[in-house]
Amino acid sequence: MSITEERRAAVIGTPMLRREDPALLTGEAKFTNDIPIPGALYLGVLRSPYAHAKILSVDVSAAMAFPGVVAAYGGADLTALWAAPMPCAWPVTADMKNPPHYPVAVDKACYAGDAVAVVLANDDRVAHDALELIDVRYEALPAVIDLEEALSDRVVIHAGAGTNKAYTWDLKCESHEGAVDEAFAAATHHVKERYIQQRLLPMFMEPRACAAVPQPFGGDMTLYSSTQIPHILKVMTALTLGIPEQQMRVVAPAVGGGFGGKLNVYAEELLCVALSRKLGVPVRWNEERAENAMSTIHGRGQIQDIELAADADGKLTAVRVRLIADMGAYLQLVTPGVPLLGAFLYAGVYDLPVAYDFSCTSVFTTMTPTDAYRGAGRPEATYAIERAMDSLAAKLGIDPLELRKRNFIRKDQYPYTAFSGLTYDSGDHLAAAEKAAELVGYEALRAQQATQNVDAGTKRLGIGVSSYFEMCGLAPSRVLASLNYSAGGWEAATVRILATNKIQVVTGATPHGQGHVTSWSMIVADKLGVAPEDVDVLHSDTAISPLGLDTYGSRSLVVGGVAIAMACDRVIDKARKIAAHQLEAAPEDLDFIDGTFSVKGSPDRATPLAAIAFAAFTAHDLPEGVEPNLEAHVTYDPPNFSWPFGTHICVVEVDTETGHVDILKYVAVDDCGVQINPMIVDGQVHGGVVQGLAQALYEVASYDENGNLRNGSLAEYLVPAASDVPSVTTGHTVTPSPTNLLGVKGIGEAGTIGAAPAVINAVVDALSGLGVTDMMMPASPMTVWNTIKAAQAGSTTGGK
Amino acid sequence: MIPAAFDYKRAGSAEEAISLVGEYGEDAKFLAGGHSLLPLMKLRLAQPAVLIDIGRLSDLSYIRDAGDHIAIGALTRHMDIEQSPLLGQHVPLLAHAASHVGDPQVRHRGTIGGSIAHADPASDLPATTLALGATYIVQGPTGTREIPAAEFYLGFLESALAADEIVTEIRVPKMNGAGWNFQKFNRRAQDWAIVGVAAWRRGNESGIGLVNMGSTPILAVSVSAAIASGAAIDDAAKLAATDAEPQADLNASIEYRTHLAQVLVRRALTAAS
Repeated sequence: MSITEERRAAVIGTPMLRREDPALLTGEAKFTNDIPIPGALYLGVLRSPYAHAKILSVDVSAAMAFPGVVAAYGGADLTALWAAPMPCAWPVTADMKNPPHYPVAVDKACYAGDAVAVVLANDDRVAHDALELIDVRYEALPAVIDLEEALSDRVVIHAGAGTNKAYTWDLKCESHEGAVDEAFAAATHHVKERYIQQRLLPMFMEPRACAAVPQPFGGDMTLYSSTQIPHILKVMTALTLGIPEQQMRVVAPAVGGGFGGKLNVYAEELLCVALSRKLGVPVRWNEERAENAMSTIHGRGQIQDIELAADADGKLTAVRVRLIADMGAYLQLVTPGVPLLGAFLYAGVYDLPVAYDFSCTSVFTTMTPTDAYRGAGRPEATYAIERAMDSLAAKLGIDPLELRKRNFIRKDQYPYTAFSGLTYDSGDHLAAAEKAAELVGYEALRAQQATQNVDAGTKRLGIGVSSYFEMCGLAPSRVLASLNYSAGGWEAATVRILATNKIQVVTGATPHGQGHVTSWSMIVADKLGVAPEDVDVLHSDTAISPLGLDTYGSRSLVVGGVAIAMACDRVIDKARKIAAHQLEAAPEDLDFIDGTFSVKGSPDRATPLAAIAFAAFTAHDLPEGVEPNLEAHVTYDPPNFSWPFGTHICVVEVDTETGHVDILKYVAVDDCGVQINPMIVDGQVHGGVVQGLAQALYEVASYDENGNLRNGSLAEYLVPAASDVPSVTTGHTVTPSPTNLLGVKGIGEAGTIGAAPAVINAVVDALSGLGVTDMMMPASPMTVWNTIKAAQAGSTTGGK
Repeated sequence: MIPAAFDYKRAGSAEEAISLVGEYGEDAKFLAGGHSLLPLMKLRLAQPAVLIDIGRLSDLSYIRDAGDHIAIGALTRHMDIEQSPLLGQHVPLLAHAASHVGDPQVRHRGTIGGSIAHADPASDLPATTLALGATYIVQGPTGTREIPAAEFYLGFLESALAADEIVTEIRVPKMNGAGWNFQKFNRRAQDWAIVGVAAWRRGNESGIGLVNMGSTPILAVSVSAAIASGAAIDDAAKLAATDAEPQADLNASIEYRTHLAQVLVRRALTAAS
């Protein structure tokens, strides 16, 4: 153990430049659309302009006659291709409604963007020209875009389901029956708030793309796709299209971002494979940006009703939550499970008695399906509890940071058994909060605020605190089973020392911007005493890395990275036996330091790993019972989630005349346990914070009453750019996770989870003197101005 | 994101460009920097059969001192306007406004003539040249004519420019030391303004152009009249939207846009005074 520690100082924990970046920054990385595929046909997809409409007829004859078009089909022409509907892998309840969902709609379009016909042409441009020639006759039906209206079932979207309600899922945790009601009855302070999580578009920079390439004989099929999940996609494509799984190979080339938007099985992937099989030629598809806004999943989309009960000191005594979650028109891969990923987190990082009452009702609407988007359920939960904590602080008349300090789970309570029965691994919330307060200059800011926010002032200072938990490292398979998730949560790794002491790592994690190659080679370099550049990481191709469960939910390091470290240890164990044999010592008498085995107390009796690697390769003189080669395979199923945490503090100045919010300072103190590469950690925090503050201030998928998305382009959907966001000050505390070999927790989603409530708390704090108590997201200048105006009107008439 | 098919012709001179448009008529569109036209074509909202590229008419790219005014060639890029010492000295409001157009990539490609010919009420330079009392020189098959900016903008993306005419020069009066200010209120740095204000003031004289406050760039003449008659800035600014016809969109209701114009005109005039 002490040996590993020495290496860790040398490699793990250093801000090494990313090995991936030269190819990405010079444009040499090959994305799906960069791969030349001679003879490929281009798929074009015609999409319903109606949110909800009967499809009366589809006439493709004019498109068929267009020069360069090879085939064109309506949904009814393709039904024989589908062995099963598109997959939803998370039937959260036994009675969940899962209306059949096919890649091309047949009778009815259920959202604007639903595919209704396709063309195949010898050129992408021809395919797009030909789409304009397809004649589809529709009978428009009423759109359903309001969640509560949807629950009324006045317009039922899926007749077979008979209702728009997909399911109700409860998580009630009580020390005894009635504990929650009793706590609310006895509470000194009671907070009841409603928050809206607006729909968001994932807006990764590389739109989706895929290409199916059939082998000429035998039925083997390769699907290239800009996906986060080649392994899951392989299984699902096989099941949905009736292809023997061993004949399916899925490759994810360079992938330009995903944020959950590429954690899915999409109609176009299935269409490319199915049509490629049908016609015997490669079929490829490239998503357009406008198409992306309609046909790639959306994120968030919840109405949150949260109630807190607290005693006279502000200590939480019970939490009650009622959610309505917008599923969109159909259930995609994990759509129904997203609210469940947040269900355990509505008490945040606070010490709560066993008095928790959560219920989520999910509902179909005639909008693009929702699914996992960076944080998936956890940003929503964190927003609700962190906003409600500020409301509680206002009720008590105490500082929001002080209220949090009174409620934090204490360091000495870890490992902490929560109200839900889940065990939180480790944490020191007070340390993170105090560090954030120190970095931002909290006391001085409060003093400045008191002098600045005077009645006549139009530039008001606001300070917003958000202390978050992230339940990540998805996930222990048996816990997933208890949540009805259809797959496990393990990850696979192979570590192979080649004859020349170079290393091959095979991983089931699938990078799409995270810097896995860098981080994995650092772990291996640390373990084996080699240089990071001597480590090759093989990934994202089911023929090369057949086993894996891919990248989402901040799981890659915590599950996949740990699997790699474990595989390294197994390789070292085997090498130790060979070294002991060569050095004529007992294996347990050997040290392994910086890539060299030596006999304890006799450092001159030593042999480098390189010599052992070559000996294992030649196999000329191996100890009895030891097989040739140095290779180990590990499939690791984590015993627990990991629980990163931290405190973000945002400082804003609000121009009350225009409603403009200026972020003056942003401090993020994140604790993700041991950091492999602090530079990558900082990068994840920066990107995550920007994505979170984008929800707070900029982004919303805006629908009109007819169910049309009104801002599907990057000109109108306001993804903030570098010039629009503050410089983020990152600070860290390090509380290693005791549940895994590396002590790591995950950082991919933390910034997003912490940011939105910090920003909105700051905006509301700035305006509290004007009677503002809440702010809708995104807090656009107009929304802020309208909210101030309404609060002022309320106060002058005494109606607030 | 794939435009419909089109033909492409590159003009070697203004005369050739005008003769080409005479040949192809209404099916043709001029292409200068392309930063307004190409996005519309990619969305297939514009489907011209022929593009006449005037982007290489380098003799139309210049900034010259012409005595009482500065003459700017229509093909002059925003970046050149932003960085011109001559404009910085004599028409600093225009140089500054150009620095707010889009992002650096846009400013290196987009041209002042293209921006004016496109006549987008949300663009910065039409309203700014309007405030400055500029005159546009346009050339057609029968020669050139001068159109004052105040008579150029007729409706949404509609101008006094005939289909077979191109803008060749923008003449901007020297500001002669007038105070000035430019307010651009938007949500992201590279976006069009929700409301923008280009203002200058010299004593009781002033010019105030409003961005995105109607179907055309707007000259806030009521505000200038109030200033001329000695009104206080706060009172004059309340008239900001009097000459405007603000529309609602996702970023602003009519009420909010009107309010913003009042606040921004007040701020601009205060800074310019």
